[in-house]
Amino acid sequence: MTGREIALILGMFLVTFGVRYPVLAFASRVELPALVRRSLKYIPAAVLSAIIVPAVLIPDGVYLNASLNNSYLVAGLAAVAISWRTKNLLLTILLGMAIFLGLRLFL
Amino acid sequence: MRSIESDLLSPSSEFWAGFRATIPLVIGAIPFGIIFGALSVTSGISPAGTMGLSMFVFAGSAQFIAAGLFASGTANAIIVLTTFVVNLRHALYSTTLGPSMRHLSQRWLLPLGFWLTDETFVVTAQRFARPGDAPNRHWFFLGSAVFMYVNWQVCTLIGVLAGQAIPDPLSWGLDFAMSVTFIGMVVPMVTNRPILISVLIAGATALAANGMPNKLGLLLAALLGVAAGVLAESTIETTVEEKAVQA
Repeated sequence: MTGREIALILGMFLVTFGVRYPVLAFASRVELPALVRRSLKYIPAAVLSAIIVPAVLIPDGVYLNASLNNSYLVAGLAAVAISWRTKNLLLTILLGMAIFLGLRLFL
Repeated sequence: MRSIESDLLSPSSEFWAGFRATIPLVIGAIPFGIIFGALSVTSGISPAGTMGLSMFVFAGSAQFIAAGLFASGTANAIIVLTTFVVNLRHALYSTTLGPSMRHLSQRWLLPLGFWLTDETFVVTAQRFARPGDAPNRHWFFLGSAVFMYVNWQVCTLIGVLAGQAIPDPLSWGLDFAMSVTFIGMVVPMVTNRPILISVLIAGATALAANGMPNKLGLLLAALLGVAAGVLAESTIETTVEEKAVQA
């Protein structure tokens, strides 16, 4: 384990525990403002989408590839459809990966 | 007599009830943990560092994002800041559970705070919402949390070993595993129009801001996405109220 990794683990531990524990321990004394509570609901989906969209549309990290020969995009759209129909995480992962690997092998 | 007995469950029966309620969520977390372990070592994080993340951070989606950012050469400070933003939702969980736990000592609050995850929150909030006098129900929280924690360590280890066994995993497209996992998590979250708007704005902003240094586009996209969701929610509420007044 490198020094950089130890620093990363320590930093991530502090911010994660620093969010989970204090509010749990002092919730009876602190009331979060309504706007904050309302905003918190949108964070997970917004962050995850902000990661997914560039990952599938800019797979090499530099050039936008919105064509059908982009396996990341095609398999990603298929995964959206599967998840929307089934709401099943495991099935979405397995079928999505199978479609992706299939596209890579045959295209 | 019987109803009083069933309300006043012993610590061990609460613990095992928490364990049992968490079984389906543990099954869902198994592929997630294995994929994290494999992805993390292929992102350039050492096996020990990968296990360290699971043991000391214990936050699935934040760990995934950290591995992805690490692979793209992002600075530690940005990864930690992103972790903070991604984990802010836990403050919402804590405000929900906190009032039911104010009688507990720090000996309980410190570990339960560390072990609070999305999964344990879901089952514990359901348990705490049940009526009746249940002085031992923090044992339910503990049963769920310990199960999630042990499972996460085992699955990460399996993933680390699998990731090391696969030669050149990026050529196989293992990096797509993260995208497909996140898609499977986000799509079921989109249950109303404000969340849909939030997701679309966040995705479009991230695409447009991809060239920003240090992955700052990610944080900008999250910020604009959240703002769009809140704005859409209050706009829709106002419209509904106006219609109600007119009617």
